[in-house]
Amino acid sequence: MGESRDVTFRVWRGDASGGALKDYTTGITTGMVVLDAVHQIQAESAPDLACRWNCKAGKCGSCSAEINGKPRLMCMTRMDEIDTSVPVTILPMQTFPLIRDLVTDVSWNYEVKKRIKKFRPRKPDNADGSWNMAQADVERVQEFRKCIECFLCQDVCHVLREHERHPEFSGPRHFIYTAQLEMHPLDTEDRLGQLKDEQNIGYCNITKCCTKVCPEHITITDNAIIPLKERVVDEFYDPMTRLFRIFKPGKK
Amino acid sequence: MAQPDVHLPQRRAGVGFLKTARGDTWYIQPLLVLLGLGAFIVYSTWAAFVGVDYHCGVNGANYLSPFYSPLLFDAPGVEPSGHAWFGAWPSWWPAFIPASPALLILWAPGGFRFTCYYYRGAYYKSFWGAPPGCAVGGPHTKRYRGERRLPLILQNAHRYFLYLAIGFLFILAYDAFSAMWFVGEGGAKSFGIGIGTLVLVVNPILLGGYTLGCHSLRHLVGGKKDCISDNGAQKKAYDCVSCLNRGHMRWAWASLFWVGFTDLYVRLCASGVINDVRIF
Ligand code: SF4
Ligand code: SF4
Ligand code: FES
Ligand code: FES
Repeated sequence: MGESRDVTFRVWRGDASGGALKDYTTGITTGMVVLDAVHQIQAESAPDLACRWNCKAGKCGSCSAEINGKPRLMCMTRMDEIDTSVPVTILPMQTFPLIRDLVTDVSWNYEVKKRIKKFRPRKPDNADGSWNMAQADVERVQEFRKCIECFLCQDVCHVLREHERHPEFSGPRHFIYTAQLEMHPLDTEDRLGQLKDEQNIGYCNITKCCTKVCPEHITITDNAIIPLKERVVDEFYDPMTRLFRIFKPGKK
Repeated sequence: MAQPDVHLPQRRAGVGFLKTARGDTWYIQPLLVLLGLGAFIVYSTWAAFVGVDYHCGVNGANYLSPFYSPLLFDAPGVEPSGHAWFGAWPSWWPAFIPASPALLILWAPGGFRFTCYYYRGAYYKSFWGAPPGCAVGGPHTKRYRGERRLPLILQNAHRYFLYLAIGFLFILAYDAFSAMWFVGEGGAKSFGIGIGTLVLVVNPILLGGYTLGCHSLRHLVGGKKDCISDNGAQKKAYDCVSCLNRGHMRWAWASLFWVGFTDLYVRLCASGVINDVRIF
């Protein structure tokens, strides 16, 4: 244990009707993360400060917030990687309705997810109801399964954050989810029409902020969104692939 | 089935152009992109319009600027370069358009870069501020339409530019090969290497790394299928393109810089500002 030094945190206090940043000073020791500091502030000076957390291991996706303006997990942001000579700001996510202090209501995401067409596997390959897959084929979607639903990518995406296209745009998290289903070797469902017209993947302008903030380091834009955009081009925009389809009936 | 809406009263106060809680130097990267791309656009536009000094034949060398390749016609009043596919400049060319052979072809590689997924993301940020940086407010809140409607929906034509760009790779590789043959006394050609040859050889290599790591190519060679493990060659091709694709941004910048530098080198040699050094 190193020595404790005092660091000031500028934390958002309030709810949807209004609020303000409030300063708290607490002692920081070696190895602490931002979530530790918030807990310490709760214990020392603000027992009513609302924050959500569960695992403290970067796996539950509950503690998302904006630390010095960057969407991050509080439990995975070490104090020694941030400049503490100036106050450290902690804001709630900006893209979801605020409940109180650092807690937002992310249930919009669950509603959006429900609307995405479900996994529909082909008929089992074997008599016992099992399937055969090559590892090389499932590998691609395994990256997407690492998602912990922290919704930091949704928070940073300007289409939701700036332009508030929540009714039309499902956001990077759900493109990951759609890619995970759509590229699965066993899946037979077709989600391209939904991607284009309901999830409106065309709003994404591939500026890659989602990829930059993902704590699981999922290559959201390059490995999920762009490949899906290319599939949408095949299906709806490219005159050549459309022409080919006329000669290849029944092929997806 | 529309998605539910959300109400964000907490946002109203914080929205606005360049508004952010970020205290770091987030603007450096978009600024560098702005300066880098801006410089290239200014230089390449100038170089495309001048229509002279695109071929260097000094001391028997045979260097053709990549901005002018393939050379369909030699520019009027310029000594024949030996590269022109269809010979002399056409007489029907309207007088009010500058007579530069680059204008006939440069739209293809230009369109390829313009519609490239990497450059799109980069210039939407740097030139258009959509968004200026991650978690930084932009200027377009109400009118934003992304790539969903005209005009940006046309970016989906990227794959067609890819087909052209692959053709350009072969042509530029041929130019690099041609740069290895120097014209000696009496018109006989002999093998040789000059600094210019090296410059022209590096060019298609970097362009190859860029073009063959294209997202549309990745889709084409295998990304569009869910299962490719049963086809060994296809799996290999997909893995190769994916590997180049991971460094797509770096390839994009390296090849952009080098293609501009190659033009500059040929131009300076052709106009006699510098002398090309023959290595052997
Ligand atoms: S790449 Fe697309 S989905 Fe990701 S943050 Fe940018 S606009 Fe949003
Ligand atoms: S994709 Fe990454 S940033 Fe987005 S919700 Fe999943 S883990 Fe979080
Ligand atoms: S508390 Fe679980 S991710 Fe931070
Ligand atoms: S995506 Fe960059 S060249 Fe195609």
